[in-house]
Amino acid sequence: MADDPKQNDAPKKKGDSKAKAEQDQAEPTEKKQGRLSRLRFSKKKDMPGGLWLKCESCSEVIFRKELEEKGRVCPSCGFHFTVPGRERIAMVLDEGTWREQFAEIEALDRLNFIDSTPYSEKIARTVKRTGQNEALLCGFGEVLGKPIVLAILDFGFMGGSMGEVVGEKLALAIELAIRDRRPFVVFTSSGGARMHEGVLSLMQMAKTCAALKKLNDVGGFSICVMTHPTTGGVTASFASVTDIVLAEPGALIGFAGPRVIATTLKQELPAGFQRAEFLLDRGMIDNIVARDKMRETIARLLDYVDEAPYESAAAAVRHA
Amino acid sequence: MNDRSKKKGDGSPGLAFERPIEEIEAQIAELESLSLSTRLDISSEIEALKARLRETIDKTYSELSAWERVNVARHNKRPVANDYVTELVDDFFELHGDRTFGDDAAMMTGFATMEGRRFLLVAHRKGRTTKERLECNFGCAHPEGYRKALRKMRLAEKLGLPIVCMINTPGAYPGIGAEERGQAMAIAENILAMFSLRVPIVAIVIGEGGSGGALGIGVGDRVLMMEHAYYSVISPEGCAAILWKDGERSPDAAEALKLTSKDLLELGVIDEIVNEPLGGAHRAPSVAMNELKRVLLRHLDELIEIEPEALIAGRHTKYRRIGAIEGRFPTVAPSLGEIDVPPRGAAAPDSNGSAPGLTSRVEGADGRAQRRGGGAGPGS
Ligand SMILES: [Zn+2]
Repeated sequence: MADDPKQNDAPKKKGDSKAKAEQDQAEPTEKKQGRLSRLRFSKKKDMPGGLWLKCESCSEVIFRKELEEKGRVCPSCGFHFTVPGRERIAMVLDEGTWREQFAEIEALDRLNFIDSTPYSEKIARTVKRTGQNEALLCGFGEVLGKPIVLAILDFGFMGGSMGEVVGEKLALAIELAIRDRRPFVVFTSSGGARMHEGVLSLMQMAKTCAALKKLNDVGGFSICVMTHPTTGGVTASFASVTDIVLAEPGALIGFAGPRVIATTLKQELPAGFQRAEFLLDRGMIDNIVARDKMRETIARLLDYVDEAPYESAAAAVRHA
Repeated sequence: MNDRSKKKGDGSPGLAFERPIEEIEAQIAELESLSLSTRLDISSEIEALKARLRETIDKTYSELSAWERVNVARHNKRPVANDYVTELVDDFFELHGDRTFGDDAAMMTGFATMEGRRFLLVAHRKGRTTKERLECNFGCAHPEGYRKALRKMRLAEKLGLPIVCMINTPGAYPGIGAEERGQAMAIAENILAMFSLRVPIVAIVIGEGGSGGALGIGVGDRVLMMEHAYYSVISPEGCAAILWKDGERSPDAAEALKLTSKDLLELGVIDEIVNEPLGGAHRAPSVAMNELKRVLLRHLDELIEIEPEALIAGRHTKYRRIGAIEGRFPTVAPSLGEIDVPPRGAAAPDSNGSAPGLTSRVEGADGRAQRRGGGAGPGS
């Protein structure tokens, strides 16, 4: 799949391994909706007027418009910036094929969780800002004519953190894939479990894996694409146990956040640590696929499973 | 285990609430030794002090904050996996290694026999002495630990042995080697695989239930918690550092996270709380451990009666619906054309009084909306 060596190598420069560690636990600052997901940039780095920004990988100053036109891939170093969920859908699916499901389900502040502000207010503000009810978007769509169930974990909504609703929607999406015998494709960008929902968030790791287990039982097919960044309880659950695990070049992927590790060990982390290339080298993912090749890659993979999956579906349903 | 001679100066600021109790205990010890050496009859004074001790412990432990409970769960006299093996198990044969990379001392696995019941014991190992604690990274397992656990659990499945998991970890180890060897992947594989194991699984949080590191051996047909254990998505310290930007706010984070056994039972995440003796398991370890044994054997005896297929189906349903409020989410039946949508307004109101207002519609793949009892879907 490494068709484009320039992009796949995604050369990383200094400061990279420490980059954005603070987002590990998914607590983005709230900002105005629109344009680029500004979560990736600290205020300092954000150029006046927002027309320009500094690449977090190569530090090159980029014209924002140009970055967006290039699918949010740095024109200078090929770094794959985080993509807002809606934009991702447009990048992956055939035009006009997206039919979103379960969009109405909203988060609940069941613990009455309050840090600086009540969680319920935080949700309300995020819903207003993003125009979506939760961090997971899921629905039906087609990739080069091939029907799939697609799920996108959107970093722009509370750092793509997984709480009850994200876990539930993932499980529901997988159940739609089972019911309608479609492959399941999920893109992740997430800081991990959502702290504000406490242990209920932790249980979503088990819930999503339970759903995938059922998909496996009926011979269903699943692909996960880990994008920048994917850490914590998301990496440590459904994202790592789909049939195929892909990653975008340069994506930060790990269990513990780099800052946590650096603090614990009190030492510098090796260059490229926890990047997609590092994981590929250690045998943890199937392949790295550049963004502009993603659609056709997914379609190519689906070619290998057309008709094959779900052969045993009827038998499995009898067991249910 | 029962060495309580020098319990003073535990050093943990989170255990300040224990000080008045320890003072009375020290006074009692002093009077007892005095009565031995002088043959003075001060039994009534001792009795009075003992009554005061019970009262103080009772009052203190009935009012423990979440943060104080976390510190009880971490108490260095609290029973750890090795103590349970020594105290409760009639035979234990340890099985080492993941046969791929190494033998993680933070994860202990082996065949165990308890009152005639044979099972596989999988347990985080914390150790008690400084040397032991260092050897097993304070109970933080590496990927090879999780892979060892999975390998032995698959063996148990083959042999038809139930699995008992004792959880006691601050979290999976955060380190370079752990990441290199796929910490996240190892935990994820375990969670997924535990849904397929065709033997009963009982998981018990005996101390710290730290996040994914706990869940990596924590999927069970029954999940129990010792009364003063905690189980959380993140450590209070980690949560305080991220959300409060201040590690000193750990007590607030502990409170907010709802991580005590009582909270988890109310949320529907655990099945049963195992009561600890007054003043916590560290005051009477043997009593605490034997209470766990009693509860554990009851669950094992119930579970071994269940057919593997039913066991697996039940485990799936348990986690598929875990902690969920009845009627809050729509459902997708696993066969074509069957969808359950909760009726309007069926979702339970949240504590703020605002209903989530769910009016879910589940579309079929052909784009037609389908409703419960409504038009049949394709193929039915
Ligand atoms: Zn760049």
